[in-house]
Amino acid sequence: MSTRVLYYGAGIFAGLMVASSAMAQDTPRGNVANGKKLFETVGCFECHGWAGQGGAAGPKLINPPAYPAFIVQLRTPRNVMPPFTTKVLGDQQAADIYSYISTFPKPPDPRTIPLLQN
Amino acid sequence: MSKTPKIKRRQFLVGAAAAGPITAIAAATRAAAADTAPAKAAVPAKPQTAGDTNPPAELPKLVNSGRVGSDFMVDCLKSLNIDYVASCPGSTFRGLQESIINYGMNSKPEFITCIHEEASVAMCHGYGKIAGKPMAAMVHGVVGLQHSSMAIYNAFCDQVPALVMAGNVGNGTQRRPGVEWAHSAHDQGIIVRDYVKWDDQANNLQDFAEGMVRAYDLATTTPMGPVMVVIDADQQEEELEPGRKLFIPKLRTRVQPVGDPGALSEAAKLLVAAENPVIVSGRYTRTEAGPKRLVQLAELLQAPVVDERNRMNMPSRHPLNHSQRGAAMIRQADVILALEPMDLYGTLNNVDDLIGRPAQPKVRPGTKVIVLGTTDTNIKPNMGEYERYQAADVGIAGDAESSLPWLIQAVEKEMSPARKAVAAARGQKLKEAGAKFLQAAHEEAAYGWDASPVSTARLSAELWNQIKNEDWTMTSEVTFLSNWPYRLWDIQKHYNTIGGSVGGGVGYNAPAALGAALANKEHGRVTVSLNGDGDLMMSPGVLWTAAHHRIPILYIVHNNRAWHQEYMHVQRMAQRNQRGIDRANIGTTMNDPNIDFATLAKSMGVYSQGPVSNPADVGPAIQRAIAVVKRGEPALIDVVSQPR
Repeated sequence: MSTRVLYYGAGIFAGLMVASSAMAQDTPRGNVANGKKLFETVGCFECHGWAGQGGAAGPKLINPPAYPAFIVQLRTPRNVMPPFTTKVLGDQQAADIYSYISTFPKPPDPRTIPLLQN
Repeated sequence: MSKTPKIKRRQFLVGAAAAGPITAIAAATRAAAADTAPAKAAVPAKPQTAGDTNPPAELPKLVNSGRVGSDFMVDCLKSLNIDYVASCPGSTFRGLQESIINYGMNSKPEFITCIHEEASVAMCHGYGKIAGKPMAAMVHGVVGLQHSSMAIYNAFCDQVPALVMAGNVGNGTQRRPGVEWAHSAHDQGIIVRDYVKWDDQANNLQDFAEGMVRAYDLATTTPMGPVMVVIDADQQEEELEPGRKLFIPKLRTRVQPVGDPGALSEAAKLLVAAENPVIVSGRYTRTEAGPKRLVQLAELLQAPVVDERNRMNMPSRHPLNHSQRGAAMIRQADVILALEPMDLYGTLNNVDDLIGRPAQPKVRPGTKVIVLGTTDTNIKPNMGEYERYQAADVGIAGDAESSLPWLIQAVEKEMSPARKAVAAARGQKLKEAGAKFLQAAHEEAAYGWDASPVSTARLSAELWNQIKNEDWTMTSEVTFLSNWPYRLWDIQKHYNTIGGSVGGGVGYNAPAALGAALANKEHGRVTVSLNGDGDLMMSPGVLWTAAHHRIPILYIVHNNRAWHQEYMHVQRMAQRNQRGIDRANIGTTMNDPNIDFATLAKSMGVYSQGPVSNPADVGPAIQRAIAVVKRGEPALIDVVSQPR
């Protein structure tokens, strides 16, 4: 896909980044740039949106759960999400995706958005 | 061109309607005789051949001097108050087309030129849901009917009236050699018989008139649906000899069927005695009365409404509209009242898209189910959307909207002070929960607010901001927009939304929206279609029709550059089969090259903007486009959008 997720004024993508140090220690190091590429090519965006905002087909990924819970859901989903087995998505790739979605910015306060006061 | 004086047509119609089998045609023909003197033939300057000087032994008839069968067909359409005929021209109905524009003077019905027969019928579909009456489509014999069949199927699944007229040269000995054979059939109805309510291939004009009125009657009696009548070329083109006795039957004035009083009383007892009654509304609203009656019943019972959103049934911000947590409501219900449900099985059960497609009931054991409606009483064996059979404790055959006053009356009768107190307490809790829906929607809409591609929440909010003070209709299937319009907008009137195609035939939305806009034109409403890119590409010619006929409508292309639902399906299969998950875009995307919808629209005379990918630009673009629409013209904005 040629479409890219851009955040106006956010400027959060600055080359290779690693996951936040605030993550739990059992969170493997991931490559954000590769995670971004995988997010687009292996279809995460289809249900969760290019910005991880979620929608009718899947929940939002902004502020994701801790990595162990993320990997359980990824490998053995509890709902109708199709599984990403190790055969099609390796552990490092999963970590890269996790690193990428961990960079999604928090949403603005809806009270500051005039259109959401209607 | 010989114009038929209006007064004479009116006399013909009045006479036909009031007097039954009278000599209406003959009278009208006599009255018009002075207008139809044969033209003088031009004479060659000098004889050139024997063929020029000697008349043929047998002179073929070259002109008609009286009325023709297709004039009578126009009178049939006028008697049924058909305002528009959507059509892409075809020789098998050349007679009727000429009569519409010359005998009927292209007014009631007016010829609406379409680029494809599927668009013609889909326009009828959208029109029917706004106008509450059929619009007609005229399609070419066999090939035009086959083109239109997808749209007929959608209208059938959605139970919307539409009058489809298909040309034909039924008599093989009268067909011109060549393609006229390919465009004619002995039984044309077989093409669409699986998904029309009725079809007719008349043997003569009187048979045609009775078939046409019967078709209209059936189409508009619940459960409604499309009908198809064949307009035979011989009948269209035959000259009506003086004294020919033809009449148009008067349409029966039907009231819709109402449920049995005893059964409604039984339903009322169950509902009043319930601790957690839930109302499910499907294809329920037909008229302005629909939402009002549903609100009245819900408030009387203090029961939550779970709306399947096939029509505008329940105001979106009513505190008893709990569609946002419909599954939870169904799980806790002890009595469920389903009004014209479209998919009762799917509402009461989970069917997961996993291997084996496991199903589990949502409802608790012992939950009583009441079904009131006619939606599942007109199904065909081969195909349709009638879903799995769902058991019910009380089944009431009757039009739900018409039956509701009687059910309300029965509920009022059963309501003791004690049950009123129970209902009031229940209602208070529901009101408190309902008050949080809008706040939750605003919080969720903020996610991805500034993202590009533009989020469907942002797009919906920007549009709402521009139309909230207008009288409006939004024609789109909201599932593809993550239901944001229902979550963010204050939807109150029965014409504010009209549901989707139900049949799922892609290519419905753009022409159906245009049909809705055509019906809205006389009311001055702003019609908006948040239109999928894949859908619009199925019938882009509707943009030309919109421009040509000056139909005011705003198309906002939800341009996610994919058939996104199918993208997800292929992705699911890829993950299930574990053979690579990065190629699901093959055959499911439309992004190399990107389609320039603004240029497409512009090429057909439609005001356009885009592609718009910066969310900050969406609102101003909509504002400019709405101004165009309010001038009575179509407009299009291409918004590069998130998938859902």
